[in-house]
Amino acid sequence: MKKNVTITVNGLEQRATVEPRLLLVHFLRETAGLTGTHVGCETSLCGACTVLMDGRAVKSCTVLAVQADGHPVTTVEGLANGAKLHPIQEGFWEEHGLQCGFCTPGMIMCSHDLLDHNPSPSDSEIREAINGNICRCTGYQNIVAAVKNASRKMSKRVPARAGAR
Amino acid sequence: MASKAKAKAKVKTNGKAAAHWVGKRLKRKEDPRLIQGISHYTDDFKLAGMLCCAFTRSPHAHAEIKAIRTDAAKALPGVVAVFTADDTGGIGPIPCAMQMPGLKVPKHPVLATGRVRYVGEPVAVVVAEDIYIARDAAELVEVDYEPLPVVTDMEKALSNETTYVHDEFKSNQAFTHTLKNGDIDAAFKKADRVVKQRMVNQRLAPIAMEARAVLAEYLPGENRLTVWSSTQIPHLLKTQMSVMVGLPETAVRVIAPEVGGGFGSKLNVYAEEGVVPWLAMKLGRPVKWAETRRENFLATIHGRDTINDVELALKKDGKIMGMRARILADMGAYHQLLTPLIPQLTALMHAGCYKIPAIQIDIVGVFTNKMSTDAYRGAGRPEATYNVERIMDIAALELGQDPVEFRLKNFPQPKEFPFTTITGLTYDSAEYQQALAKALKLAGYDALRRRQKNGRKAGKYYGVGVSTYVEICAIGPSAATPAGGWESGTVRIEPTGKVTLLTGASPHGQGEETTFAQLLADELGIDPDDVNVVHGDTMAVPYGIGTFGSRGTAVGGTAAYFATQKLKAKLSTLAAHLLGCKPADITIGRGRLSAKGGKKSIAFGELVTAAYTAHNIPPGFEPGLEATHFFEPPNFTFPFGTHIASVEVDVETGEVKIEKYVGVDDCGNIINPMIVAGQIHGGIAQGMGQAMWEELIYNEDGQLITGTLMDYAMPKAHFFPEFTLDHTVTPSPVNPMGVKGVGEAGTIASTPCMVNAVCDALSPLGVRHIEMPLKPERVWNAIRAAQTAPAPASSSEMTSRAKRGTSVSRRRRA
Repeated sequence: MKKNVTITVNGLEQRATVEPRLLLVHFLRETAGLTGTHVGCETSLCGACTVLMDGRAVKSCTVLAVQADGHPVTTVEGLANGAKLHPIQEGFWEEHGLQCGFCTPGMIMCSHDLLDHNPSPSDSEIREAINGNICRCTGYQNIVAAVKNASRKMSKRVPARAGAR
Repeated sequence: MASKAKAKAKVKTNGKAAAHWVGKRLKRKEDPRLIQGISHYTDDFKLAGMLCCAFTRSPHAHAEIKAIRTDAAKALPGVVAVFTADDTGGIGPIPCAMQMPGLKVPKHPVLATGRVRYVGEPVAVVVAEDIYIARDAAELVEVDYEPLPVVTDMEKALSNETTYVHDEFKSNQAFTHTLKNGDIDAAFKKADRVVKQRMVNQRLAPIAMEARAVLAEYLPGENRLTVWSSTQIPHLLKTQMSVMVGLPETAVRVIAPEVGGGFGSKLNVYAEEGVVPWLAMKLGRPVKWAETRRENFLATIHGRDTINDVELALKKDGKIMGMRARILADMGAYHQLLTPLIPQLTALMHAGCYKIPAIQIDIVGVFTNKMSTDAYRGAGRPEATYNVERIMDIAALELGQDPVEFRLKNFPQPKEFPFTTITGLTYDSAEYQQALAKALKLAGYDALRRRQKNGRKAGKYYGVGVSTYVEICAIGPSAATPAGGWESGTVRIEPTGKVTLLTGASPHGQGEETTFAQLLADELGIDPDDVNVVHGDTMAVPYGIGTFGSRGTAVGGTAAYFATQKLKAKLSTLAAHLLGCKPADITIGRGRLSAKGGKKSIAFGELVTAAYTAHNIPPGFEPGLEATHFFEPPNFTFPFGTHIASVEVDVETGEVKIEKYVGVDDCGNIINPMIVAGQIHGGIAQGMGQAMWEELIYNEDGQLITGTLMDYAMPKAHFFPEFTLDHTVTPSPVNPMGVKGVGEAGTIASTPCMVNAVCDALSPLGVRHIEMPLKPERVWNAIRAAQTAPAPASSSEMTSRAKRGTSVSRRRRA
């Protein structure tokens, strides 16, 4: 029995009729056509699929599309403002916080949640905050540097919550 | 441009092209698309009419297939087709590229035929309108299995009481290989001491964050099969795929789009890379398969899995006289592309960075009912370095020497390079002493030792681990590589002056779109933003080998370098013609080509236009600006370094606290220090992962019981300390850029470094060795075992036992 859902993704309303078992990550990738959110394990253990729902980080492989009905969702594609990168994206670029890039969208969205609630996290707070997100390339060190870089940049700006657009 | 601002350029003005971009911390050209989520990995592509497929896999490690019923699966709405080995028999076998005398190569069909030999072996494939339906239907395929005895333990597999993984061989021995040089028997006979240790190098999962994926489309009119695959070797895959599906190679195009990590696991040709293209041809619609993480654990190659008995013959003063090792290497049930090759690399690297007068390494490859092993970051060299660096520490302990002093006694001197090892390799260049000294200083070694001494009085157990490694990289000379060890590079200066580099290397996170652009920018006197590096598309790029074995820059970069030299010669000829001078008098730099003296010059863009319009060219000058070079490396390169770890062990709980980790690495000249550091960070994390946490465990029934991310201890951010890095620079003479390779160094160095640190901490308790991973439970048990062991033998007994060539340990082995 299919269900109608309306999910606002990156500020754009997406309406679709979906199977109740459809995962939010598949809704984003297949229905909304936003493939920046990656599937790394489908069991909520790797964090590659992390997006913001109601401004909070969720693993979209363990949220059903029907659960997201009526909620705003932000994916990595929704962070940059036109050609202007989000400070977290800049941080990852400047600090070499990525190599193969597959975990990166999830890392960025998870960091977004952290910085929303803790604008100046310590190294260990960053490491704890991203411990639900796995990276096999970087050894995490430059990801920590990237989040700190973003934290420094964002503390100089008017706070902007991507999920609240 | 931000990148220009970041790299403050220092240009020498002596007229010669100076290093302007090489050596700079340039931000990566790859990153804007990756951090915005607008790049495309294989699973991100969606073609019109595309179908999805899922595999039914064996739940048994060893069983006869009595019957397969596909009716229920076929009946599910949305299912298009279901195939078994009865249908796919025409697809060529999964290839093994390794050839060696006496190697047993079992038949390896793409779908199990008659018998399954490991859990996860594909038995049937279901094609459906979407992935949810395909997976549902894959579970509806009914297979009658008759379970057979299972063998997962290598020693059992070689005993008389075993089942055979492949009946036709009447043995589970896949091969034997001996590397022997020097008078090994005399070395052990004359030794003052012999130290001996058994060490297990456990099985690991590579776990690229992007699991494998294959998308295939066949256009019969054009006879064109296009396959997107998450691979490290698009060209080799194209060749093998054409053989597997029976198309001429000219009809096959392989594209490795964005690839989300490989670590060796995508340096392969898999069953799915035969089946999915065949499905697209058979059904006339594009077909996609995206591996689940569970499948990735079960049916993507594993790494390591060796049992090692290592012996070292020593003089009283600590000079090494000889080394012997007997290594059992688990192949798994079948050979994948390079499965039997990996242990050969292990044998070759057993000299480490030491002068060893005699050596004998005996390796036995063993079939078991498990997934194949193959190249995982380091591929054979971490296993060798682990054996060597552990036995060095054990030897130093037994001789009562500091592990650093012990190593220094056995290093070759810098003047001895190029240095020929007892295993027959020629190490290109090194100064092991310098890297060691720098690491000792960076770690504060003497202070760590003082703290350790004082700590022991207070019941604190601090440990210091040292690992001085050398690795074999830039793989490699073709004679030593099954499919050729060269690489190709094509440089094309477009009519607008923009430069395209087509590289046969196939980077998947290593950042070569940036480093190669830096390299070419310096050679041509242009900006890296004007260089576009293209890779991974066999229709765009001349044949290449791929990215693995820390070869991308040292072999692929060198091919690009030589292709650029060909173009520079051509540019100089044309510039000389237009400026009225000799080609030898032309210098290239800062966007211009200048005649000697600098009075006459021509802009780079203007010259390029002249080469394309060809209105005024010298006689015999070929219009256009494109050159290709296939670089055959004359030797491997041998990066090296010293890593030092400082730990504290809680002897009540067995928990290890990693306090400090220092690495001084020498990968020759450095093109982009930011990328080099990133490679080392990631390498250390993977090597430390093996030492401390990671382990694939098959139980006696051949079930993989650590086959999910819940059970397999993938390291998380908070597991690690901050790594402190530095480097020395010893350029390689093997290529004109003097680069060596850095992708695997961290992995190779860090594993023994960590185990040395923990064993060092516990040596006063009589702990000599602990098998990896060093989980608290293992450490705790090792401490308890050592404490309940009989009192140590007296030193005179030890000497007489050593003379008989038997094991000497202070206390019972942990």
